[in-house]
Amino acid sequence: MSPRAAWQLEAMGFVDVYDYVDGKVDWMAHGSRTEGPGPHYALLGEVADRSAVLTCRLGDRVGDVKDELESASHDYCVVLNNRDIVLGRLREKDVKGEPDEPVERVMEPGPTTVRPTESAKGLLERMRKRNVPAVIVTTKRGRLLGVATRRALERLVSE
Amino acid sequence: MGADGDEGKEMPTEIRFAQLQELLADGDVELVEVLPAREYEEEHIPGAISIPLKSLGATSVSILDRHKPIVVYCWDDA
Repeated sequence: MSPRAAWQLEAMGFVDVYDYVDGKVDWMAHGSRTEGPGPHYALLGEVADRSAVLTCRLGDRVGDVKDELESASHDYCVVLNNRDIVLGRLREKDVKGEPDEPVERVMEPGPTTVRPTESAKGLLERMRKRNVPAVIVTTKRGRLLGVATRRALERLVSE
Repeated sequence: MGADGDEGKEMPTEIRFAQLQELLADGDVELVEVLPAREYEEEHIPGAISIPLKSLGATSVSILDRHKPIVVYCWDDA
């Protein structure tokens, strides 16, 4: 819809026209403030927390990740490439191998991820049904945004 | 290609969240939501005005300042 509006404005003689192509849903998914009486359409991106996820890089040693998993309250480590793209997940059960092995040898490739523009309410229902405590949130190009926990989603939806 | 380089343009200039923030921080920008008015009334980006796509015409755009950058948006990129 907005590309057509931009074209139309240009056709009407406006010369400096931009299309915020990702739209209102993207604005809200960034947790940015909105105006209006609502109802507010709560989005997953509002509670995606980058600091709540343990990450490692391709090439990191399994032994190092194991130490971090043991010292932190995380069930898994998200494996990223050098562009922060999610390539895998390393659960505690996966880190029993040789400590000098690179993480890509033992990681679970292609873990399920969700987009920040997803409805918080809809996702929460699915997480409850499947007893999923947290989900990995990425951009549509796969860049890690954080983790959204069921508890955070419950708080968001009840607001 | 024309003198302004736009003759062969395939898409309007697309911007992302960070660029929108920069434009808004600069201040002099007209932000236009082109969704139906009811959706605008419920919730919109602060500072945006409503010109639904279906009513986008000479009269409705007369409120826009032609000397300012115009940013349009709808719900998503679908």
